[in-house]
Amino acid sequence: MALPTSSVITLNVNGEPRTLPVDHRTTLLDALRERLDLTGTKKGCDHGQCGACTVLLDGRRAVSCLHLAVAAEGREITTVEGLADGGRLHPVQQAFLDLDGYQCGYCTPGQICSAVGVLREHAEGWPSAVTGDLRPEAGPPELTPEEIRERMSGNLCRCGAYNAIVEAVAHAADSTSAAPAADTEEAVA
Amino acid sequence: MTTAVRTGAVGTGHVRVEGRDKVTGAARYAGEIPFAGLAHGWLVLSTVARGRITDIDSEPVLRMPGVLAVLDHRNALPLTTDYVGMLGTAPDPTCAVFQNDRVPHRGWPVALVVAETPEQAREAAEALAVSYTREPHDVGFDADRPDTRPADGHMPAVTDKGDLEAELAAGAVVLEAEYSTPEEHHNPMEPHAATARWEDGRLDVVDSNQGATWVVGELAQLFSLDPASVRVRSEHVGGGFGSKGVRAHQVAAVMAAAVLDRPVRVVLTRRQMFTLAGHRSPTVQRVRLAADADGRLRALDHRSLSRTSTVHEFVEPSAGVARVMYDADAHHTENRVVSLDVPTPTWMRAPGEAPGSFALECALDELAEKAGVDPVLLRLRNEPERGPVSGLPFAGRNLRACFELGARRFDWARRDPRPGRRRDGRWLLGTGTAAASFGAGAAPSTASVTAEADGSFTVRIAAADIGTGARTALTLVAADALDTAPDRVQVRLGDSAFGPAMIAGGSMGTRSWSWAITAAAAALRERLVPGQEIPPDGITVRADTTEAVAALAQKERHSFGAQFAEVAVDVATGEVRVRRMLGVFAAGRIVNPLTARGQFIGGMVWGISMALHEEAVRDPGHGGLVGADLAGYHVAAHADVPRLEAEWIEEPDPDDPAGGIKGIGEIGIVGAAAAIANAVWHATGVRHRALPIRPDRVLAGHDA
Repeated sequence: MALPTSSVITLNVNGEPRTLPVDHRTTLLDALRERLDLTGTKKGCDHGQCGACTVLLDGRRAVSCLHLAVAAEGREITTVEGLADGGRLHPVQQAFLDLDGYQCGYCTPGQICSAVGVLREHAEGWPSAVTGDLRPEAGPPELTPEEIRERMSGNLCRCGAYNAIVEAVAHAADSTSAAPAADTEEAVA
Repeated sequence: MTTAVRTGAVGTGHVRVEGRDKVTGAARYAGEIPFAGLAHGWLVLSTVARGRITDIDSEPVLRMPGVLAVLDHRNALPLTTDYVGMLGTAPDPTCAVFQNDRVPHRGWPVALVVAETPEQAREAAEALAVSYTREPHDVGFDADRPDTRPADGHMPAVTDKGDLEAELAAGAVVLEAEYSTPEEHHNPMEPHAATARWEDGRLDVVDSNQGATWVVGELAQLFSLDPASVRVRSEHVGGGFGSKGVRAHQVAAVMAAAVLDRPVRVVLTRRQMFTLAGHRSPTVQRVRLAADADGRLRALDHRSLSRTSTVHEFVEPSAGVARVMYDADAHHTENRVVSLDVPTPTWMRAPGEAPGSFALECALDELAEKAGVDPVLLRLRNEPERGPVSGLPFAGRNLRACFELGARRFDWARRDPRPGRRRDGRWLLGTGTAAASFGAGAAPSTASVTAEADGSFTVRIAAADIGTGARTALTLVAADALDTAPDRVQVRLGDSAFGPAMIAGGSMGTRSWSWAITAAAAALRERLVPGQEIPPDGITVRADTTEAVAALAQKERHSFGAQFAEVAVDVATGEVRVRRMLGVFAAGRIVNPLTARGQFIGGMVWGISMALHEEAVRDPGHGGLVGADLAGYHVAAHADVPRLEAEWIEEPDPDDPAGGIKGIGEIGIVGAAAAIANAVWHATGVRHRALPIRPDRVLAGHDA
């Protein structure tokens, strides 16, 4: 008996239900780009190695090239197209624009989605590999440039815009959070 | 007509005009433009490194769901390769796909499978059985091979003056050393992608490339078409670094679109890019220097060997950098190549200068150590008055100013020259420096400027913005030339229909394009009369700089720079971390400081990546790469890159008809790896003459 190789699924993308037929092999990345015309999410390697396809799944960062579309049903999918509030850019987007946190722009949606995830993870107290004090009572670590670099290292930028990206993430953290500012030598003027 | 009053747009920071589109995901790259009836092509690459195709079993694949065609050497359209392209070179036969049964390297394109969906195309391509007769292959690259030859590439193979052996013998200080750099890959974040369609006998290609004029010319020649019937568009380009010219995927897409009479898209996978997108050849370089006791050079001998394929000659001209940087009584430079069963290399950010400056600037550092002269001082003592080989005057050589400012900013004067003296816990600390140069050429371009009825202006030029910020820079240049505000100027680029223009390459784009736009703007202002009614279609004036470029005075035209680096080395783990870097550049007029800083720093990031990370490993057994992906080939990531500083010095050149713009796309990488390697020596006392400086190499250096 031949099993079906495609299904009709409903994906919740940027707050909207989108029903579509998909080949079961279709990744979430390809479903977004090739079926839903949401090409903001980029394909850099298709192997989970570059981070260009980063989206938010239920608010957490995920590389959409390593998720099958059929497995993303029932989850809240946020892409770069879903971050702005109408005409008002998300603070992370605004900071990338103002501080030139990109060059060619191809890794940018992934960097931005990743940064939005980073700010949330940090606010929730998640440590990183460079966090010094891991005791629960220590609270969230200061979001230093070193912390940002570590947390953003899954997102490659071949243009080498890392300095400006880190500045943009720090700037956005300052503008979105009441948490202690990234008051380091690298804080943005 | 009054003379232009500059509004001062050039020289002040402006955010990218397309920035909002890039941060919201609205900017569409080549593989993202919708086409009705689009089919998807997937390239099949050879699995042997040398041989002949004996059979391609298309029939079973053609019966697979959605499969529309299998193109290979038995049914391909014939292509013409007997021509010289825009950049003065014959085409690399790798892009003239499916013309015969020969396989000259592993990863050679042997077929294209076209299907209704990408999934179907991929499955069918992976199922396609290709049979070969194998022949022995040779990918072994080393300096002792007997079959190397001098090769010109884009400069003469050999320059020679003076009595080299006599001056080497007479030197108070002599250095001889061999340096090597590995095979490196561009890896722009956006994979190469092209969509082709034929409409009413005209070919329309939406592509990711560094020059629409370049690609139009090549496609027209390959398919024997009138260039006027071909259009190539490239609105947003996700990086290029030299790899985005004409490649197999565009040609395959055009061929498939012709055969199927519907639009076909071909996108390279990241793995395919490692064989089809070009790469930087490995180099082995031998440097011999002799100097007087004060460090003044008497002899300079720089010989470089690189590697090319058996089907096309590309030379990585690493010995060329010495022709600009340093003079000596005896001066010999030589670029050689050897042809092996490997993919054809190509231009990659600062071709020649990047690996060449690693060898030469490390050698200078070693000479400084031997002579007991400060490395900055050694370079300043060897500043030439004129081109060491050409004898021509320099159109601005402000290397001294770069070193003086850089040394001050980096606190170089307080450096203890002895190696291995500074420690921070488990880390040994060291600092190093190196000089940088890159050519500041210009090439003919055309541009049009339209005065619109609403008082705004539209600039059209077949320029490419591959992340350089060209769209924004040209907006500022045009605004000043038109004496208006940048927001009154719309720059349209990336379309071959706008007429011939230089590519985004060789750090020549902004200089060449600005020249044409400035000329068109000046001509337009001549045409406009105050109070004149502008017709609905506007008033358009075109300019062509062909004659002006040809009339440019012969000079040594280059950007220069001084690189400084501080590293920390853990000799127990072999880890090397860059702690800080400063690059000071003299690169002509800086158009947009905001984006220029990013571009300089981006080049320095490439220097870190080259010094410590990048290395494509070729397996002599199967002839291909090991780990050809972004996990196996590490490029610098966030955690590898500290805060870097880039500065520049003012360098006005009122006599330059191109407005004193020199181009800054490549100089940032030049000398950067050498500065880091020299800093590693200063930290540890061990010279690393082979890149990258991997942990195992650091450990081996300390076992000795």
